[in-house]
Parts: sequence; structure tokens; C-alpha cells
Amino acid sequence: MIEVPEAPAPAPTPAPAAAQGSRGWLRSNPLLAFGGAISALIVIIAVFAPLIAPDPGDAGSATHPFDVLKPPSANHWFGTDQVGRDILSRVIYGARISPLVALFVLLIACAIGIPLGIAAGYFGGWLDDVIMRLTDIVLAFPALLLALALAALLPPSMTSLTIAISATWWPWYVRLIRGQAASVAGRPYIESCRALGISRRRIIFRHILPNAITPLIVQVSLDVGGVILTASALSFLGLGAQDPTPDWGLMVSEGQTYFTTDWWVVTFPGLAILITAFAFNLLGDGLRDLLDPRRVILR
Amino acid sequence: MRLEITGLNVRFGARSVVDVDELGVDDAEIVGLAGESGSGKSMTTLAVLGLANTVGATVAGSIKLDGRELVGLPEKVLIGLRGSRIAAIFQSPSMAFNPVFRVGDVALRALRRHGLTGSEATGRVDQAMRGVLLSPDLLRRYPSQLSGGQLQRVAIALAVALRAEVLLADEPTSALDVTVQAEVLELLRELRSRDGMSVLFISHDLAVIAELCDRVAVMQAGSIVEQGPTDQIMSGPQHPYTADLLRSVPAIERRG
Amino acid sequence: MAALAALLEIAGLEVRFGPVRAVDGVSLDVAPGPFGLGLVGESGSGKSTIGRAVLRLVPAAAGQIRFDGADVAGLRGRELRDYRRAVQIVFQDPDNTLDPRMRVGPAIAEALAAHGIVPRREAGPRVRDLLEEVGLDPDFASRYPHQLSGGQRQRVAIARALSVQPRLLVLDEPTSALDVRAQARILELIGRLRGERSLAYLLITHNLAVVSELCEQIAVLYLGRVAESGPTAGLLAAPAHPYTRALRSAVPEIAASARSARIVLHGEPPDATNPPSGCVFHPRCPLAIERCVVESPSLRAIAPGRLVACHRAEEVLAGVALSGAEQSDTVQPGAPQPAPPPKG
Repeated sequence: MIEVPEAPAPAPTPAPAAAQGSRGWLRSNPLLAFGGAISALIVIIAVFAPLIAPDPGDAGSATHPFDVLKPPSANHWFGTDQVGRDILSRVIYGARISPLVALFVLLIACAIGIPLGIAAGYFGGWLDDVIMRLTDIVLAFPALLLALALAALLPPSMTSLTIAISATWWPWYVRLIRGQAASVAGRPYIESCRALGISRRRIIFRHILPNAITPLIVQVSLDVGGVILTASALSFLGLGAQDPTPDWGLMVSEGQTYFTTDWWVVTFPGLAILITAFAFNLLGDGLRDLLDPRRVILR
Repeated sequence: MRLEITGLNVRFGARSVVDVDELGVDDAEIVGLAGESGSGKSMTTLAVLGLANTVGATVAGSIKLDGRELVGLPEKVLIGLRGSRIAAIFQSPSMAFNPVFRVGDVALRALRRHGLTGSEATGRVDQAMRGVLLSPDLLRRYPSQLSGGQLQRVAIALAVALRAEVLLADEPTSALDVTVQAEVLELLRELRSRDGMSVLFISHDLAVIAELCDRVAVMQAGSIVEQGPTDQIMSGPQHPYTADLLRSVPAIERRG
Repeated sequence: MAALAALLEIAGLEVRFGPVRAVDGVSLDVAPGPFGLGLVGESGSGKSTIGRAVLRLVPAAAGQIRFDGADVAGLRGRELRDYRRAVQIVFQDPDNTLDPRMRVGPAIAEALAAHGIVPRREAGPRVRDLLEEVGLDPDFASRYPHQLSGGQRQRVAIARALSVQPRLLVLDEPTSALDVRAQARILELIGRLRGERSLAYLLITHNLAVVSELCEQIAVLYLGRVAESGPTAGLLAAPAHPYTRALRSAVPEIAASARSARIVLHGEPPDATNPPSGCVFHPRCPLAIERCVVESPSLRAIAPGRLVACHRAEEVLAGVALSGAEQSDTVQPGAPQPAPPPKG
């Protein structure tokens, strides 16, 4: 077809340092650097929560009946909630909870999804059929209801929440990886590897896996927000985090009734979810670019 | 000259990809535009069709069809010219046809858009199909049901049915088997002799150009380095690039 | 054929993809290097499939492939590994022949390490030598495939194939996707390697000109079968099969003196899912007679070293006019052409 001329390949320009090293590249991509910085910040906040939060006790079972629903002020930057707890402290401690749940859910989903997806995509045949039918069965259930049902069977806690959500999340990743793996497996360079006598194990780990995994990385970062919201929905129904756990989702649910009169109870935890999801999105985008040598160079 | 290109410059921002001083195709003539990938030959096609801006390029200079300037014409006017006065066929015929439509529907719709009635259109297309040695029954097929060679011939039939004066052929046979290629080339020769069509044939295959074209222009890095009657250029190239290209073409009889 | 034992023997090879017989009874021999066998055919001829079958990338439904006398299909474990060293392949598409995520150096080193020739860590000097051998700057080892041109990528693929010291190289349309000058350079490289490494190769292509420069022997394929085979120069100068004649005449030539009368083959390349009866070429053959419709010709010797599958081979060899014979079947422009059999 008509070729739109791009930067001429025959005399390859020595790749400028900015395009090759990750540091110089970060400098030329402020949004992605921003995402990475915020994500790192959230992690730091989570780790150092006891040192940062003004009222660590408020993240626990402390209550202050005389300070109920106070608007943001010098004493309480984010105001106080319906039992007088400092919202800032609770939001800070919340960084330990929601993102951690998301992390575990997604790790588990990947741990199940990637091997199954690659096995199905690379080997095909009956293995593919079995795995995909299994996946289809789980996908046949509406995700939220399935998570609900599972969470209801288990004693309400963050752990049960994590397990329940993971159980509904992995099938999507199997599908995603399988498609990619199958596509990569059919490419000429994989045939070249087989012809060269490269071991099947090396082909899978060194060639199929890195080439199949990129869409997953972006998907995972997009899912961070999704998991947090799912978790909050379940917590709202009393199946996950229980009061006084400072889970952001739970805080939003609990604060709903006060929204029109005391906006800060819902807004700050909500903002925390928003910023976290956004930051991980940007990070995911950046990781994808970083991992795809072609995309970076063409900048 | 039916098609006259003068001082054509196509650029992407500061980068100039086509810089042609002079190139023309007369009535009943096949002119070859030879060059490797990246030489700018395809961009020249796009510029003649008035489509260079769709890929983000800016065009300056003059492209005249029967004395009428095409550069700078409003899109509405260009749409009227495309297909009916200037037709184009490309390397991948399957990409030129929308897979969800029958091949004939595309042709008929194009003809009606250019003002023919239903029966006039059908008649023209059927006749054109026979002219390219295909049965009009094939018009009822979908692109996926036809081979590359057949699709290419349908594309040519469409140009004939629309009574195009100029045919831009961008590597139309590169993806075809050599025996099918021979048939398509024969067809192009007939269009020139029988219908007086002007053909600008773009290819990197010098042997095809040598066999088909009356005149040839050799393109390198956006400009024409040598131009003239085919026999002359092939037997006595003046420019080192042309000589290099000719030297690179493998020939059957060399080991004798 | 030479008195030396053949390096590669293909006997009655059949490869099927579902109902399609991509390769339908092909027998060929490749002598030890330096030697080139050209496999020429158009789309659907099965030439690429034969290459893949030799590399055991597709299974053979019938027939045998023997390398150094041993049946290739029966090789396992260590012997299979050794076979994969001895026989290598270079594919057509330079864009997809290398892992886009791997730099050139590691890609070549990987091949070396896979066969225990050199551990990956110590592969550096070897890799540089190989790159030089194929005419590339050794510094290319640190580049990614997309930073190289098509011709350069093809050279890397050749370097990688050569790294394991193969005795037989299968080249599947190695230059079809390249510009004419890059093509010339790759062909030159193959010619040079042939001499320097005493290489034997199976050159698969649709381009007769390429074959005539690099191959002593040639086999012309049509719809999964051998139409004719023999020494290149002799076969191309005096073909014994109508298809070869037509193919030869269809190849465009720069020099007007080299052009022969065009023999136009009507109809489309055949449909492999619905092959014609008798001789598979008969619907398009200008010399077809009744016998061709019912009886499939077997491959037979028509002259020393020349095999052909055609009932009228002697006439073709003697130079019977094909253009004259086909005048009566020529469809005149304007007359309706019977619609070709529906595809797939």
C-alpha cells in the first residue's frame, strides 16, 4: 500500500540518549513522571503512615463525640467525620488498605491469569479448550454478584474481600494473555526460534512472555481504580472492611448520607481514590512505553 | 501533455520528500516512475490525487490535467475528478475494496455518483469487465472471494468504466504471481493502445518497467535523477544511481 | 546427478493442511555443499511448505526426508538438536523474522547458546565475527531490529542461521520483500558464503532470475508437485514442461533481446482445495489434450538428469510453438470468459 515515509531506516540514527535510558526519557515525559511520582508518594505515605498522620488513633477505634462533623480547619485539614475522627489521618492510613487490596487482587489475578493464558495461547489444542471453557464458566457470572456470593460465604474481612474479588478478576486476564500469546506464537520469529533449536522453555519465557504481556500491564494499571471501587461496594454491603478500618471506599460509603451538608466526609476519601487510580494509570502507560523499544525510539 | 507535473514539492514540516522539476504523461502513453522504497514515488501519486494532505503533507507546485491546475482545488471538485478523470490502483487490491460490499456494488455506486443511471452504469461496468477478460458474474462476489489478480483487474475495469483519462498504478503487480502479472501488464498495454489511456506506472521493478513503459523517470530521494525513452535509459544510463539499479537486477541468462 | 551421496533426500513428500494437499508427492535431492537447488513456483506451489517440512516445522503426512541418510522425522532429543544445527532456515519477511524486543547481539548469541557452542556471556567476539561475515558493522549488535533496514535485518537473520555452522541452509524467498539493490547485495552475500563455507542451500523463490545465478539444479513446482527438474542452465534454455515455458516467458526482462514471445496463461492460479483432475495444469495448459484431463503424468526422465511430468514433454523440449497452439483457445477481448471455479 502507499507507504507514508517515516524516519529513514537505512542510515539508522544513533539512538539519542534520551530515547534509550529511562531517566532521560522520564524527563521528556512529564505526565508519566508525574504518575510515577504520585504512585511512589502513595507508597511512602502508606509505609510511614504512623509518622505522618496527626492523629493515628483516629485511624483505629478512637471516637471524639464533641468534634463530630467539623469542617476543614487548621486543626483538622480534612475535617472530621461522623464520630469525630480526623479525616486526614484516616485518609493517610487508608493508603495502606485500598491500594494494598488492589495490589493483592491484581497479583493473584496475574499469577493465575498469565500461566493459564500462555498455556492456552501457546499450546492451543485441547489445553486451550479446557482452559477457555473454565474461564467462560467463571465469566458467565456477573462479577459483582459472584464476588458478593463468595464474600458472603467467608467471614467479613479485608482478606475475604481480596479473595472474593480475585476470584472474579483472573478470567479477564486469561483471555487477554491468551489472545496475545496465540498471536505472538504464530509470528515468524517464533518459528525461527524453533528452527534454531531453541528450547521450548526459553521460547515461552524469553520470547512469548515479554511480547504477550504488554497489554496486561496497561490493563492492570487501569484496574487499580476498578478494584478499589469494587472493594468499596462490597465494604458498603458490609462484606469487607468493617468500621473502624479506614478503607477509602468504606469511608465514602459511610459518608454518603452526610454529603449535602458535610461535603468533606466523602470528598477527601473520594479524591484519594481518584488520584490513586489516575496515578497508576499514568504509570501503566509509561511502563508500556518503556517496555516497548519500538515506541520509545519513534518519539 | 495530458498530465503535467512541474516544480512539485511535497513536504512533512521541514522535511521535503518529493522535489520533482518536471514529469509528464501524454495521451496513449505509459510512463514509468522507478525507484526504491522511500524515494517519494508513492507520495507523488498521493499528491496527484490531491490526497497528500490526508497524511499530513503540504503540497506546492503545479499538477495540470489537460491544462487544468489541480493543486489548490477544493475537495469537492477533486472528488469529482477522482475515479472519473484520474483513477488509481494500488499494490494491495484487497485493501482498495471494502470487504463488506460486493465488488460490483462499489463500482456501480461510483458510476452513479458520477451521473450515470442504473442501467447505463451496469452496462458500462459489464463491458469493462469483459474488457479485462473477466465475467461480469464476478461482480456479485465479495472481495474475499476473488484472488489478488482478479481484484486488480476489477480495479482496472472500474477505471475503464469511469472512462478515466489517467491511471496511476502504484506497484499494482508487486504482490501478484509472475504469470498473473504478465496478464495485468498486457491489460495495461491494451488500455493504452485501445483506449488511449495515460498511465503513470510506479514500481521498483526495473524489468517490469523496461517491458511496459514508453518512457521512464528514475527517482531517488524525492527527485528525478534521470528521465527519457525507456530503451535509451535501460541501455545507456547517464546517472550513477540508474546504473547501480540496473546492475542490481538479476537476469536469467547470465550464467549462460 | 553426482555420484556423491546426497546430503538431503526428499522422497514422495506429502504435506496436508486439513483437506488441502499443499505438497503432493515431491522428490528432490540436494548434494553436499557447495551446491544450490532452486525451488521455483508461484503461490500455491507448495515450495515454502517443503522448506518448512525440511526444518520439521510442519509434519509430513507421507513420504520421507532423509539427511545424511537418516530419516528426519524419526530424530529425537540429542539427534534432533544436532539436526537443527546442521539445517537452518532464513525466512522471507525481514520485518517479523527477529524478536522486536531483543537486540541483534543477544539474538545471535541465543542461537549459539542454545546449542552449547558458546555460553551467552562469552558470545561477544563470535557475534561480531558473524556480523562482519555478513557485511554488517559489528556495532549493530547493540541495535534493535527496528533500527535496521529490511536488508540489514535479513543479514542478521542469515548471521544467526550461520552461527550454528549449518551444512544446509533453506532460504525461503530471502529477497522478495527487499528493494532491488538490497536484493542484489543479499544474493551476492549468499554466493560468497556458498564458496567460503561450502554451503548447500535450498533456494525457494518465484524469481527465475535469482535461481539462475545461484543454483546448479532447479525444480519447478506447480500445485504441490514437481513439473520438471534438472540442471538450471539447460532447463531454462530448453524447458520440457509448458508451465516452465510460460513462466519463463512471463518474467520481465530489461534487455529486449532476452524477451521471448509471451505465452499468456489464462485462468487463475489453481485452487488447492479443489484441484483439477488428471494433470493439475491442464485447465491452463496451451497444449492440453484429452489424455491430460484424465491421466496425471508421472515424473520421468526425458534426458540425462532431466525429469519432467508432462505427457507431451518431448514436443515441448523440441520447441513446439506454444503461442501458435494457444491462439485457438485465446479468449478474444469482448467475449465472455467462463467464470473461474469459486475460491475456497
